[in-house]
Amino acid sequence: MAFGTSVDLTSNTGGIVTPNPFWLASAPPANSGGQIMRAFDAGWGGAVWKTLGTPIQNVSSRFGALHFKGTRAIGFNNIELITDRPLEVNFREIAEVKKRYPKHGVIVSLMVETRDEWRDMIKRSIDAGADGLELNFGCPHGMCERGMGSAVGQEPALNEKITSWAVEFSTIPVLVKLTPNVDHINPHGLAAKRGGAHGVSLINTIKSLIAVDIDRFVPEPRVAGLSTNGGYCGAAVKPIAMHMIGSLARDPDFGLPISGIGGVANWRDAVEFILLGCSSVQVCTEVMLRGYRVVGDMIEGLTEYMRSHGFSTIEEMRGKAVPQFSEWGELDLNYETVAKIDPDKCIGCHACVVACHDGAHQCIHPAPKAAGTRVPVVDESECVGCNLCQIVCPVPDCITMAAVDNGFKPATWNEFQSEGKPLRPKKGAH
Amino acid sequence: MLGPRGGGGVRWTRTGPAARKAARACGRVYDRGPMVDPLNLPEDRSEAGFGDYKPALGPAQALAEANRCLYCADAPCVQKCPTAIDIPEFIRKISTGNLKGSARTILDANIFGMSCARVCPVEVLCVGGCVYNEMDAPPIAIGRLQRYVTDAALAEDWRYFTAGPASGRSVGLVGGGPASLAAAHELRRRGHACTIYDAGHWLGGLNTTGVAPYKLRADDALAEVAYVLGIGGIAVESGVHIGRDVGWDALLARHDALFIGVGLGADRVLDIPGKQLAGIDGAVAFIEKFKLGRVDLGGVKRAVVVGGGNTAVDAVRELVGLGVSEVTMLYRGDEAAMSGYEHEWKAAKIEGVRSLWHTQPTAYVERDGRVAGLRCVKLGADKRPLAGEEFEVPAELVLLAIGQARLGELVAGLGGVQLEGGRLIVDADGATGNPRVYAGGDCANGGKEVVNAVAEGKRAALAIDRALTASASK
Ligand SMILES: Cc1cc2nc3c(=O)[nH]c(=O)nc-3n(C[C@H](O)[C@H](O)[C@H](O)COP(=O)(O)OP(=O)(O)OC[C@H]3O[C@@H](n4cnc5c(N)ncnc54)[C@H](O)[C@@H]3O)c2cc1C
Ligand SMILES: Cc1cc2nc3c(=O)[nH]c(=O)nc-3n(C[C@H](O)[C@H](O)[C@H](O)COP(=O)(O)O)c2cc1C
Ligand code: SF4
Ligand code: SF4
Ligand code: SF4
Repeated sequence: MAFGTSVDLTSNTGGIVTPNPFWLASAPPANSGGQIMRAFDAGWGGAVWKTLGTPIQNVSSRFGALHFKGTRAIGFNNIELITDRPLEVNFREIAEVKKRYPKHGVIVSLMVETRDEWRDMIKRSIDAGADGLELNFGCPHGMCERGMGSAVGQEPALNEKITSWAVEFSTIPVLVKLTPNVDHINPHGLAAKRGGAHGVSLINTIKSLIAVDIDRFVPEPRVAGLSTNGGYCGAAVKPIAMHMIGSLARDPDFGLPISGIGGVANWRDAVEFILLGCSSVQVCTEVMLRGYRVVGDMIEGLTEYMRSHGFSTIEEMRGKAVPQFSEWGELDLNYETVAKIDPDKCIGCHACVVACHDGAHQCIHPAPKAAGTRVPVVDESECVGCNLCQIVCPVPDCITMAAVDNGFKPATWNEFQSEGKPLRPKKGAH
Repeated sequence: MLGPRGGGGVRWTRTGPAARKAARACGRVYDRGPMVDPLNLPEDRSEAGFGDYKPALGPAQALAEANRCLYCADAPCVQKCPTAIDIPEFIRKISTGNLKGSARTILDANIFGMSCARVCPVEVLCVGGCVYNEMDAPPIAIGRLQRYVTDAALAEDWRYFTAGPASGRSVGLVGGGPASLAAAHELRRRGHACTIYDAGHWLGGLNTTGVAPYKLRADDALAEVAYVLGIGGIAVESGVHIGRDVGWDALLARHDALFIGVGLGADRVLDIPGKQLAGIDGAVAFIEKFKLGRVDLGGVKRAVVVGGGNTAVDAVRELVGLGVSEVTMLYRGDEAAMSGYEHEWKAAKIEGVRSLWHTQPTAYVERDGRVAGLRCVKLGADKRPLAGEEFEVPAELVLLAIGQARLGELVAGLGGVQLEGGRLIVDADGATGNPRVYAGGDCANGGKEVVNAVAEGKRAALAIDRALTASASK
């Protein structure tokens, strides 16, 4: 343990420097100056102001949630739009926050239509003291029908054009916030780069229909008798966010700083995002559900992680997992694992037995009656190493996937195709 | 008997409209005869003063607990349930909001699911088997979840089972406890006519008259009996002592098959000087008195319960609950040797119950014609009285919980039926040596739990059905 390592959490995202990498995402928690100042007091390093544009009118209700087995809101959905507050009030508050918290990062999120509007809004933001801008090309509902938000983010040429306007008008760093509602993220990141952006932030919310009221026959959130698609976020979207972040981070043509967003709920999520290449992370849903106070544990957890892994700066750990995020064709087909059950830890629930029998390869069996134990037996000659059992086992570290030496040298699909490298015999395919 | 309605041999009559209306007003519909109508119990029963020692779960608690269940396969909790309720399945149905389906899962396996949820010693049954014990984490509160579901089923009168098409066969069931009632319910699902004969006036056996009121009260037990009888077609004759009022031959002539579920006999007595004194009672008899009516313990400051089994442990806790200030359990063995459940005895100690181990009463002490105490002697390691170790224990009430009488003469006239150590010998199907006679419950297992009686009654019913169906197709 490198206990003595002194840790510096300072984060730099394309020139936006904040005391730590934890930012409020542009959303209700960053709606007003009073809120953001309370968030900074709680420990947040930066905040992306709730998107400014021509103030809109919102609906009731606006939110929906996916609850699962007693855990509320593992996924979250909203149909609210950008700021509904007068622009003068927003800019006045930005100036006040910056005056009182000069070291914290205030990034202003913008969404307007014409070149003149962009010029005007950027000037007002800079005049108010903003540390950076975030161009909202992501909102998947309401704004896109008006030719903004994801309507821009889904169209690389438009994205590039508007980004270049912003860069032209701005004296402070410009981040482009990308929408995940595209088939492949990289062209959109590259468009922002061509436009001159200093970095990107992703993901915005994912188009979704969160629930149907089964008594009223109306999807949620229900606005009088109707509903519409919303944007999905919260813990459940983290895998989608990480896939998109990883795709950009490993693209040699990209190389811009990334502010990661989507399902960050604790320090572990933040560590994963940073290992995938993010310089900062943004949080919306977890704060909406539980408040600014969650940042205390995030800071402490990240600090302790860095200390225990010998990292003294964010930059040292950033992207450490990127080289290992590869393609299927590069995976070693001869690498073989089997499930091993620790009999001392096993509680005999047989969750692995049903899962393997019904959902995998029928190779975990109850011990024979005579054995007098409920610890199941893995038939290793049949186990395909899928690790479903490990996933369902309720006891931590009870099932491990152990590597097997099968005598075969590593061989990838690509190598098999190009060089005809020998592959091990298939298991469980009969 | 303490029932307010006397008279023997009554066939059940339908409860009057006024009583039914009153019952509906309190959320339940009872429409059975007097001997199962809880509205006919006196309202000022002493048991009414007891609260639930394991209170009902509210919806939020039930949901949280249900969500903790791991939905084990071939689940160890199920293996520990004598009626093999599919516990992971009924719990999953709670968590998905399918409460009616959950109750069906429970009641299909065990029609006494409501009382079992409350009276089962779950610590040594299902809950004792829960895999969470292996993780040193709190096991799932299976009994309380089962109660959550079955309380709703009874309150809402959810019904799942209907009588099968009439088979033309009839079965007589002797005794109206859980064993016979479970058997009759199962037989009705298969279309056989059923008549229950009970020597008393309240159906449900010891489940109604014996179990501790902090687990289950007599009115709830009777409501459940009414629910069970709700399948229809179960005739009840109460106040009929089979073997005395009606002979076995007559019964065999009336029915194609018989099920015997007469339970155990009366409390055993201590044959020592003073045994006729007022203030001495059998524990089971005493419990029945305060469950069905009112007992006056005005002059009782100190009570002694003789015995070390579950009836003794219940009795001491009940006396504390009834307000007796000094309650002592007196047992010839010690804490390690007593057969009462450890978790129950622990609770009794916390409630302030005292104990006298290795002690044997030799005579009652008398004052003004009433019992005033017990003369006792200490027993040595060889269980023999130790000379000079005699002493007196003052007590205004002495309850005897030293076992219940076994069947003796009762089945004497029943050809082929054999006894061993006072219990009926049955095979794995509940069949006796007489091909037309089956048995189950306490009278065959020597005295276990309600859930065993239910399992054995159901098991015998299935065997009777097979036998009757086979003989019909010949
Ligand atoms: C004090 C006490 C507390 C208990 N507490 C619990 C508990 O908490 N949990 C638990 O699971 N179990 C408990 N038990 C045990 C449980 O009550 C019995 O195991 C169960 O009731 C047995 O059911 P049964 O149908 O076999 O017999 P019983 O319930 O004994 O029913 C027998 C019926 O047969 C009738 N009968 C008897 N002889 C004749 C005859 N000759 N003719 C006609 N009818 C007759 C009786 O009137 C009675 O109604 C307790 C028992 C006692 C004594
Ligand atoms: C109610 C709500 C309102 C939002 N409003 C905006 C917005 O105005 N501008 C924007 O760029 N993103 C907006 N978002 C998206 C978030 O900033 C963020 O990208 C997304 O919620 C994913 O992060 P999370 O999983 O931490 O919530 C909003 C999200 C929610 C739930
Ligand atoms: S790894 Fe997959 S195949 Fe092997 S035992 Fe586990 S579930 Fe079955
Ligand atoms: S899932 Fe885990 S704890 Fe349960 S039986 Fe399998 S190995 Fe044991
Ligand atoms: S053993 Fe426990 S966790 Fe498993 S199914 Fe039974 S109650 Fe649920």
